[in-house]
Amino acid sequence: MTSLVIVDSGSANLSSVYKAARMVSLNPTVTDDPRVIARADALIFPGVGSFDHAASKLSGKGLQEVLLLAIEKDRPFLGICLGMQLLLPASEESFETGQSGRGLAAIGGLVKKFPSGLPVPHVGWNRAKPIDGSLLFRDLEEGAYFYFTHSYYAEPDREEVILAKTEYGFSFTSAVNRGNVYGVQFHPEKSGPAGLRLLANFGKIIADPQ
Amino acid sequence: MLAKRIIPCLDVRDGRVVKGTQFVNLRDAGDPVELADFYNREGADELVFLDITASAEGRRTIIDVVSKTAEVVFIPLTVGGGIDSPDFIQELLQCGADKVSLNTAALRDPDLISRSAERFGSQCIVAAIDARRVDNLKPGETMRWDVFSHGGRTNTGRDLIEWVRETEQRGAGEILLTSMDADGTLAGYDNEMLAAVTDAVSIPVIASGGAGKLDHLYDALTIGNAHAVLAASILHFGTYSIADIKEFLAEKGLPIRPVREADEQE
Repeated sequence: MTSLVIVDSGSANLSSVYKAARMVSLNPTVTDDPRVIARADALIFPGVGSFDHAASKLSGKGLQEVLLLAIEKDRPFLGICLGMQLLLPASEESFETGQSGRGLAAIGGLVKKFPSGLPVPHVGWNRAKPIDGSLLFRDLEEGAYFYFTHSYYAEPDREEVILAKTEYGFSFTSAVNRGNVYGVQFHPEKSGPAGLRLLANFGKIIADPQ
Repeated sequence: MLAKRIIPCLDVRDGRVVKGTQFVNLRDAGDPVELADFYNREGADELVFLDITASAEGRRTIIDVVSKTAEVVFIPLTVGGGIDSPDFIQELLQCGADKVSLNTAALRDPDLISRSAERFGSQCIVAAIDARRVDNLKPGETMRWDVFSHGGRTNTGRDLIEWVRETEQRGAGEILLTSMDADGTLAGYDNEMLAAVTDAVSIPVIASGGAGKLDHLYDALTIGNAHAVLAASILHFGTYSIADIKEFLAEKGLPIRPVREADEQE
């Protein structure tokens, strides 16, 4: 039996992620205990809120190391929203607040603020267009809608980690992937049937990692 | 491109839905969880629970309603009505709400918006605003609207455009704008008011009050430039289904999340 942990980063969407995971027959444990997280076969890392706040919480609880170790070992990992952004090393959100929260840097690049002129936050249902053959988006209708709510977006520095893109005045990265490590900017736990299917797909990745 | 959202609003008193109990195909149409699931399956993009429970202790029941709904409905849930403290917001978010709407308490203490947005993020905080057109304009004065509190009973004397700008600046992530003039008339949204507000702020605006026909929804989303429409009577009384609305708007060329995706659940 593989163990799935939802990392409790104090994020507001924790219970929704838990309920959605249960809905697709996953059996997660919710914890912020680094020892439990270190032993987990797979991780879901949900996040809502500010980059710095979350980053400092991670290092304060000693979670930074265990999450990095799991990523290094290429265990199935799904970062959601801020949890995806934290896969990158840094965010423009930090520059604005004068803080220097550090992300996990599992994926190179920078988290950027949407250009001015666009309504921000980007909130609502938008399409994510995945690259061909993605396991995470398997059996999803092309250009399926997902629920987004965010003011910053991840801009990876390498094309090959980009898993999906979304149009909002321009084309931004809405999902990333490296090995078994995934990040999605949208909220699968709030994206109706499409979101549940994506979580179920992550369940298949857990059962049969690459 | 962002889809235009269709959002049913459920009025809940003491844990029961008090409008929209006309559905024959529901086991218990007064049960908010069942009605929420019904709208979810119909293709609703979000749901709003408006808690109209009078007593403070009775209001605890909304926590239970949200928690149970979040077990079966996986679309964004907003809760409004009587929310006046960050601690209560935290409880609602923890049990599965995604956003809360602040109205009277924010008018009394505008800093509540700032404190809540800082603690939970702007994406959680919706400024709910009830406004009414000012009739006796002096010569040369342009159209304006007053903001009301206490469910539309008290004129706060605040100017609508100034207040929407302040809520945005304090960190509200969305505005839920109800026209008290149009509400219940089924004669259409106040599109002039909507256009004035969507022009004044860059955060999304949800139009509320006045929908009676499908064209009204289209006008609010185009003339009024709203990002989403809240629908109450038009849905609750079964005049139109969400599928009717979405099909109509999609045919008119608006970006709409198709209902068929919602059909595929399970």
